Amino acid sequence: MDRAAIIGVGMTKIEKSKVRETFADMAWEAVNKALADAGMSIDDIDNVVTTSSDFWDGRTISCMAVGDASGAADKNTSCVEGDGTYGAFYGYTRALSGSYKTTLVTGHSKGSQCISSLITNASFDPICERGLGMDMITACAMQANAYMNRTGLRPEDMAMVSVKNHGNALKNPMAQLPMNITVSDVIKSEMIADPLHKLDCSPVSDGCCAVIIAHESVATKFKQKPVWIRGLSLCTDSFFFGDRDLARSNALVEAAKNAYKMAGIKDPKKEIDIVELYDAFTYQELLWLEEMGLADYGKAAKLLEAGEFNINGPLPVNPSGGLLSGHPVIAAGLYRIAEVVMQLRGDAGEHQVKKAKTGIAHGVNGLCGQSHCVWILDKER
Amino acid sequence: MADQFQGIEPMVYQSKINVPYSWWAGDTATRFFVALRDEKKIIATKCGACGKVFMPPRKTCPLCFTANTEWVDVSDEGTVLTFSVARRQLAAIPQDRKVPVIWGLIKLDGADTAILHYLDEVKPEDVIIGMRVKAVFSETRKGTIRDISHFKPVK
Amino acid sequence: MAKRVAIVGTGQTFHKSHRPDVNGQELINEAVQRALADANLTMKDINAILIGNMDHFEGINYVDCWSVDGSGGVMKPVIKITTGGTTGASLAVGGYHMVGSGMFEKVLIIGWEKNSESDTTGAITTAFDPIWDRQVFAGAISGLAAEAQAYMARYGASDRDAARVSVRDRKHAMNNPHAQLRKEISLEDVLASPMLADPIHLLDVCPRTDGACAVIMASEDTAEKICPNPDWIWGTGARHSYAYLGDCDWGRLTSMERVAKEIFKKAGIKEPRKELDVIEMYQPYSFAGLIWIEDMGIVGHGEGPQYVADGNTDMGGELPINPSGGVIACNPIGATGLIRCAEAAMQVMGKADARQVPDVNYAVSTGFGGCMWTDMLLHGKKKPN
Repeated sequence: MDRAAIIGVGMTKIEKSKVRETFADMAWEAVNKALADAGMSIDDIDNVVTTSSDFWDGRTISCMAVGDASGAADKNTSCVEGDGTYGAFYGYTRALSGSYKTTLVTGHSKGSQCISSLITNASFDPICERGLGMDMITACAMQANAYMNRTGLRPEDMAMVSVKNHGNALKNPMAQLPMNITVSDVIKSEMIADPLHKLDCSPVSDGCCAVIIAHESVATKFKQKPVWIRGLSLCTDSFFFGDRDLARSNALVEAAKNAYKMAGIKDPKKEIDIVELYDAFTYQELLWLEEMGLADYGKAAKLLEAGEFNINGPLPVNPSGGLLSGHPVIAAGLYRIAEVVMQLRGDAGEHQVKKAKTGIAHGVNGLCGQSHCVWILDKER
Repeated sequence: MADQFQGIEPMVYQSKINVPYSWWAGDTATRFFVALRDEKKIIATKCGACGKVFMPPRKTCPLCFTANTEWVDVSDEGTVLTFSVARRQLAAIPQDRKVPVIWGLIKLDGADTAILHYLDEVKPEDVIIGMRVKAVFSETRKGTIRDISHFKPVK
Repeated sequence: MAKRVAIVGTGQTFHKSHRPDVNGQELINEAVQRALADANLTMKDINAILIGNMDHFEGINYVDCWSVDGSGGVMKPVIKITTGGTTGASLAVGGYHMVGSGMFEKVLIIGWEKNSESDTTGAITTAFDPIWDRQVFAGAISGLAAEAQAYMARYGASDRDAARVSVRDRKHAMNNPHAQLRKEISLEDVLASPMLADPIHLLDVCPRTDGACAVIMASEDTAEKICPNPDWIWGTGARHSYAYLGDCDWGRLTSMERVAKEIFKKAGIKEPRKELDVIEMYQPYSFAGLIWIEDMGIVGHGEGPQYVADGNTDMGGELPINPSGGVIACNPIGATGLIRCAEAAMQVMGKADARQVPDVNYAVSTGFGGCMWTDMLLHGKKKPN
């Protein structure tokens, strides 16, 4: 298999409500930032993959809203629906397929324009489940309860994730919710669905992110230092919660295992230097870390408490502030990729971690992490 | 923001996607709902290859990838695998349900996979994983998942 | 190194206006089982799944996640592509890239739709810009009527010329047991059918359909072991260049012209009319059967009506188009583009039964959708260089 690298990234600031910008305006900003970052012009891009969702956008054929602004006019283009990491995954296969050399991938979302409870309720089976009125928050509360019951995790343990990530966001100018908070602030915040308090949940957000993926033959042709895609895998679990073990994530175990294998990583605990993962809820950061093999099952909270995942710790997790500090749904995973790329290049500014060579970016599709996409990025080829 | 837009207050256009849906339940789910509606019975499909009993009933076994041809009765009693309590009246919650609303993932005796449903006649504080519950059927049944009103604790 | 890619199996449901006996997952499963049987593979052999439909036709969010019981996606990589009417063709193009990348040996591609479950026109209307086009524009038919009117004004064609295309496709559908509308119609039937939007009559347009299609692609490493005569993909392309209806050059399908030129050039096809043996075109209404073959470069602008009237595109003609009966006989939208791809593959593989065109070396399949967008694949019997 040939190799590919990420040679440019661009993101808008994540905000609660971008009332002044349409989808196309956001895409325009992110795409032009990515092109500038790469030292490319739109003519250097030979194909475009947009990532969007007809449900979240309230529009059938939602890619129509951003195609022109993403430079897709008269270029080969397609649209993936789901998290941005999945769009980027398809973009990666296009760059390796022999058809193209430089793929521009965008992901956008405006949570401010819709009611997320209704949108995520539409992810449940229409015949057997939907009428019961669950949504992403109540579903994830169910997963949190199962996980806590299995591992003995306490609400205070989950709250530490919120404290760390909102704290990290103080140094990230793109983050929506930089906050200096304590565990007690999290516990005292509104209980939305037991055991998830308001500060255990990611916010509603608007934002767009763009990345440029290049085939190895052109990866060093442009201005920017390439960050190499060393491992990449995705896996989808059963749909019905009752078919899965909700306290675990078999799909993530499998996706991570395959990504490590592709990257030639034997001991992820030693070889991974930084992680940007999909912390839509506090407990998820801990569960995902464990299922990626970066902590033993049920033990991530202890490591978190010891400061291991702090920005200056041995394995910084979500130094950007993560989804808890800004969650533009479809774009969220693409932001993770862009953040890891900047960290590995040493371009992350105030929230730069020390010495990072290899990093993980992670995205999720579906309810309670039904599907996971794991990227292993490396500074060196 | 560019100078040209200074002093412009952006407009917001209110809209709604309004598309009616009629989802065909299909033969498999229909058989389940008919039994529920007419006989207050809960039935499930069974995989001939691996022997797994599926709730909700599945026409094919997702793992063996073969047709499930056998039907079995499952109990109206089961075990709570996990649960969720809504404290905020989230938009998806039906009008007739007021918070706190409790949902359980319930594995009925005789089934290998669990279904989602309401837990009621119990305080949120008293719900625990592993508790035993029993189905309470609705008075009027129309052939939907809400023909089961909720599950209540087994005394 | 990039891998060469071939189609090694296809499967379709028997497409109908309503399939109340199955839900979406179960419908998908029928097509998947048939594709696996056709390739003599099992689900264990499949390395990744690519699925697509249009969300607002079924109202199910994250269909890729919801459908795994039917698609076979449990504990496999699954991604979703959706680009409107082009979805099915975009899926086929996506499968080509996923296998071509060398990352996956065998990819299962699924397109499906249960159009009976919603108000198709209501859902399509939401495709257009909510602030601009959506308020003054309803469904797919008005855009197509605008195209037909512009074409007639530019080149002097008539609704009788277009009706000939409907007559052809409906006749061809008689040979295809999977098609939904299997009843021959005459020119007079078309012209006497109710006027939907001038100049388009009811029998000029596609129906609404429930159906699914599955295609299995494999890399050159195993394609010939799975299937003695695989259908090799020679090239793919897509142009989704417009976002507003006012942007289009009405009367010509620019997206088709550009994508066809790109693919034919890459494959070294200089005279498509002579070198192609069959076309499966996503042609949602009859006028497209005149206009778009001009843009594809089969005949010159304005020459479509005569070419079709002379029988060149009928079975047994110079270049048969839509031996399956095409979209006018059957349109489960998210599957439709992939059905074109599957039908073209069957022609190349020699598996098209009663609708087989003899000695197919090259076939073209297309997808149409969005705002006058085109996706296209070139299929061939010979392994590409």
